[in-house]
Amino acid sequence: MIECKNLSKVFNQFTAVDDLSFVANKGEVLGFLGPNGAGKSTTMKMITGFLQPTSGEIKVCGIDLFSDPIAVKNKIGYLPEGAPSYDEMKVCDFLIFIAQMRGIPKEMIATKVDEVIERINLNKVYYQRIETLSKGYKRRVGLAQAIIHNPEVLVMDEPTDGLDPNQKHDVRELITSMAKEKTIIISTHILEEVHAVCDRAIIIANGKIVADNTPAELENMSKYHNAVTFDATIDFSLLEEIKAMGCVRDVEYDAKRKKTTVFPAQSIYIFDEISAFLKKHKISVTRLSMEAGRLDEVFRNVTLDDVKEVA
Amino acid sequence: MSAKMAIIKRELQGYFSTPIAYVFIVIFLMLSGVFAFYLGGLYERGQADLSPFFTFHPWLYLFLVPAVSMRMWSEERRSGNIELLMTLPVKQSDLVLGKFLSAWIFVAIALFLTFPIWISINYLGEPDNGLIFASYLGSLLLAGAFLAIGSCISVASKNQVIAFILTAVICFLFLLAGLPMVLDFFNAWLPQFLVDTIASMSFLTHYISINKGVLDLGDMLYFLMVISVWLYATSLVLDMKKAD
Ligand SMILES: Nc1ncnc2c1ncn2[C@@H]1O[C@H](COP(=O)(O)OP(=O)(O)OP(=O)(O)O)[C@@H](O)[C@H]1O
Ligand SMILES: [Mg+2]
Repeated sequence: MIECKNLSKVFNQFTAVDDLSFVANKGEVLGFLGPNGAGKSTTMKMITGFLQPTSGEIKVCGIDLFSDPIAVKNKIGYLPEGAPSYDEMKVCDFLIFIAQMRGIPKEMIATKVDEVIERINLNKVYYQRIETLSKGYKRRVGLAQAIIHNPEVLVMDEPTDGLDPNQKHDVRELITSMAKEKTIIISTHILEEVHAVCDRAIIIANGKIVADNTPAELENMSKYHNAVTFDATIDFSLLEEIKAMGCVRDVEYDAKRKKTTVFPAQSIYIFDEISAFLKKHKISVTRLSMEAGRLDEVFRNVTLDDVKEVA
Repeated sequence: MSAKMAIIKRELQGYFSTPIAYVFIVIFLMLSGVFAFYLGGLYERGQADLSPFFTFHPWLYLFLVPAVSMRMWSEERRSGNIELLMTLPVKQSDLVLGKFLSAWIFVAIALFLTFPIWISINYLGEPDNGLIFASYLGSLLLAGAFLAIGSCISVASKNQVIAFILTAVICFLFLLAGLPMVLDFFNAWLPQFLVDTIASMSFLTHYISINKGVLDLGDMLYFLMVISVWLYATSLVLDMKKAD
């Protein structure tokens, strides 16, 4: 469990993190979203004990970070942004080094390293120097060092950045497989990742929390939530008729792709009404679907709103 | 293995994984030999001691030690590894000490490899081996003081070239403080006790005193104190600079 209370970080005059409060529970994967420079990495650096907050409280597994930093660091596995590691070391030597630094008993180090190598699929590069690895493998070495001691809390700054789609999938599976018995925080710029792995997402902009919801709730905030789209050749008069329906707020028509989007009033369910309407007027549709909502649109809305407020 | 040991081991492997370490050792051995034999006339003097050899160590260290210390922390900061290192469950003092000790051990290895000179002087005559041992100790302590200064400077600067130059300059000032030339300069306008203070701060004064075989505990303690102060400063600067 991670508890942050009124967390702030000021660099010189600049407030990078501004009065952040949140709790991440065990068994939960919490996603940090937000534009570049929002303060995601800075928040993670404070939780992991690298940066001293300007003000605020941090507790990890009930332990106060400032009264016992070593105990907290013992509980956390951390993948810093960019997954730094000692380039001139071999993968195995690097992991052994981390295991020693983490105080894993000598007789267990070999087992732990082998376990994590197996889990992250690093067999192929076991004896390779880290500087000769591809970006994806480097990131996986970073992941391996973060979980080698089987921590209760995992903090990962953009764990899938720069990975190919297969590796992204693998990493997400890995995160999901560990989620039950751990508290996990990840930051990401990939919105579909929020759906794939996060139980909850916090959107940060200018150091402040602007949304703290489940992915489904975030989608509900979208104007596309429950919107119905269909592809068909349709008269403008009929579009006007749809627009005039009580349950419809607005209609958008993309002439080039012959694609119509119908936005419901108050995000209510209108799929049946629209499909009945189309059937009644004998319009042949090539595709008819309902949207859950678009995270990118919600993301833009909440983060740009905030910028306007500040300006 | 304790964390401190793990750091020392990793750092030493780090030194020897690049050619820089071997270049350093070769240059150190060559120059200390050249200085001792050609400038100091080690053999021609007809005396069985190593004092010409040790006389030049401060000046050798002046540019060789900064070359060792410059990457100690600046490289960690540049690569971002510092974030990894400082979020491990290890005390900051262990990190500072571990890195310093490994650099010191590295210089000690280079120093140890000068043993052929010691063997040959024993072959040629009957030197005072106690004195030679003390001089080696003094040389090592001096290198340690330089390394501690270098450690602090390398935390303060991400740029290795700047770290090198600054370290060399500060070490130079600490050495110089004991030269008669400098002391005469201060003598002209400073009260005697201040001049004495400056002189007593000088690395050279303490180094020469150890070299003379006056195994004064004070001289050794002085170097150990200098090392502690600069390592403590390293830790303070680390707190201030680690985020940048
Ligand atoms: N050491 C520092 N000194 C001064 N400003 C800093 C420092 N570290 C971060 N900042 C500033 O704090 C803000 C937040 O940075 P942070 O790295 O937390 O953003 P982020 O949300 O992780 O962004 P990204 O998505 O690009 O990784 C940025 O404006 C950055 O310039
Ligand atoms: Mg970031």
